[in-house]
Amino acid sequence: MVIMKTPLLDVRSLSTHFFTEDGVVKAVEDVSFEIFEGEILSLVGESGCGKSVTGLSLLRLIPTPPGKIASGEIFFDGRNLLKLEEKEMEKVRGNDISMIFQEPMTSLNPVFTIGDQIMEAIQLHQNPDKKEARKKAIEMLDRVKIPSPEARIDSYPHQLSGGMRQRAMIAMALSCQPKLLIADEPTTALDVTIQAQVLRLMREIQREMRMAVMLITHDLGVVAEIADRVAVMYAGRIVEYGPIETIFGEMRHPYTRGLLESIPQLEDKRKRLNAIPGQVPNPMDLPMGCKFHPRCYLMIEDCKKEEPPLFQVNDNHFSRCIRWKVCCY
Amino acid sequence: MNMSENDFLLQVQHLRKYFYRERLFSSDRKPIRAVDDITFSIRRGETLGLVGESGCGKTTAGKSILRLIEPTSGQIFFKGKNIVDLNREELRRLRPYMQFIFQDPYESLNPRMRVGEIVGEGLEVHRVAQGREKVEKVSEILMKVGLHPRDAMRYPHEFSGGQRQRIGIARAISLNPELIIADEPVSALDVSIQAQILNLLMDLRDQLGFTYLFISHDLRIVKHISDRIAVMYLGKIVEMADGEDLFRRPLHPYTQILLQAIPRLKPSGRTQEGPAREELPFHSLEKGCLFQLRCPHSRERCRMEEPILLDQGEDHLVACHFVS
Repeated sequence: MVIMKTPLLDVRSLSTHFFTEDGVVKAVEDVSFEIFEGEILSLVGESGCGKSVTGLSLLRLIPTPPGKIASGEIFFDGRNLLKLEEKEMEKVRGNDISMIFQEPMTSLNPVFTIGDQIMEAIQLHQNPDKKEARKKAIEMLDRVKIPSPEARIDSYPHQLSGGMRQRAMIAMALSCQPKLLIADEPTTALDVTIQAQVLRLMREIQREMRMAVMLITHDLGVVAEIADRVAVMYAGRIVEYGPIETIFGEMRHPYTRGLLESIPQLEDKRKRLNAIPGQVPNPMDLPMGCKFHPRCYLMIEDCKKEEPPLFQVNDNHFSRCIRWKVCCY
Repeated sequence: MNMSENDFLLQVQHLRKYFYRERLFSSDRKPIRAVDDITFSIRRGETLGLVGESGCGKTTAGKSILRLIEPTSGQIFFKGKNIVDLNREELRRLRPYMQFIFQDPYESLNPRMRVGEIVGEGLEVHRVAQGREKVEKVSEILMKVGLHPRDAMRYPHEFSGGQRQRIGIARAISLNPELIIADEPVSALDVSIQAQILNLLMDLRDQLGFTYLFISHDLRIVKHISDRIAVMYLGKIVEMADGEDLFRRPLHPYTQILLQAIPRLKPSGRTQEGPAREELPFHSLEKGCLFQLRCPHSRERCRMEEPILLDQGEDHLVACHFVS
């Protein structure tokens, strides 16, 4: 997809730190990326890599203290979100940027019907009368393909299956037609057949509404299904960034390669996997230099010395590896 | 028992586990049939993958087989002996030979015990080794699973998820079991750590000749590690075959839908609109095929009559009236 215009979201050198009793956790460090209208960017990485904190930072939902956005700029639709008054930020949340979470059961209120909750979102942001809001809520449920929405609108969350609940969450998130949807592991709690349905639904709706999506996930399968561009995160940094075909086909960072080779291929059987050795470093005790060097098969002495910048591989493909030229071929 | 049956380490026949809901003001005695009449065997050294979505009964089946929960009915022959008939003491003596690996490495280890005690507990209880000998044995086991002997002195909370699962595996293999039932052993782990643990389980199998019942919802992982695969749906096995064969020609409509739903790792091969219908709550079917309401090929017969698991040749078993 080639879009030559200003991005809808432009994150520049974002750093989010947590000040704990044991020390400072630099959960997100110098993260920059862009999302254009109508595209799906996926932030992918393992637990603790900073992908969810990045998502929460965009909405300024980082619990402060202990957390703090230490530096950076977040331009959304031309405005720097980090400079907005809290009151203005409240209008951005839900109206312009919506978020859905992994576990719909914990993000839906169990004592209200899903209709109440969708209507609340609509009324809060758009101020229609009750009848109008209800009509709109039914429309939204229909749009996310919940069968017989007129009846389902009065269901409580526990009366719905996991897939239905996530559909209801999506309906709620989309009820105000946001320009950007942040979806944090939206299908992780779902069974594989339901996951496929929900991903398909998200892709359909995203195209219809020309909405931008930031999809946060640990699952490269999900990324391959739905994303246009990918940012791979490790230890709080973006280590590789590029179009989806490039990331899966011509990756230039050993961590990206390691992640892909950790997943069993359906074609080969009983082969040992090329697992990445070791484990994710302790965020309070990150290695010097490249954060991935202790686990890297390409490591040379220089990797230990200083943190590599993001090298430009070509127009829209970047890698934080000093050996990107020899990597992965 | 004839000679050919000797090849089988485990034979499960008509295993059922029903749960009865306790209700104060109603006499609803209709059970939840978590496991409903499943039959299969595992040969010595073989890995059988048991795959299905949440609530299909795969974990209950695994626990019932080791009598970690008591089955409602059925026979379980382990090395030719029906373990359903054994009393507590007889069962205890058999325990070293069959072990369980749990999904959650955070909840399945006692936080107050040192790793050495966790791994060595079985050795002591079953009087395999004590004192100095136990310590040496524990060191040896820890090294087998990629841990360091000095880790024996540490507590579970000092370890990451992947390392904890290694401890769980060390405990399971400490008594040289023959059968290991692994229930989603890598599901709680990050992708890079999953690969390490899968490699470990496969290496141990090659070195020590374990027989695995490998329970998982993840078809890629099950395909990778298993020789044969059984697919469960609502408490029943709906298809069972050699792993390669199952992926090449899935015969049950449910298996077909499951396989279609696996995300491809190539952006060019995105999954297409499949025939799968929305999942349904867990009740309501009086008779007929359990999959009838989600099945794209459902017909009159499917509503009337429940299909049984039949061999379609080459040990490929399917429970469907209209095998394509």
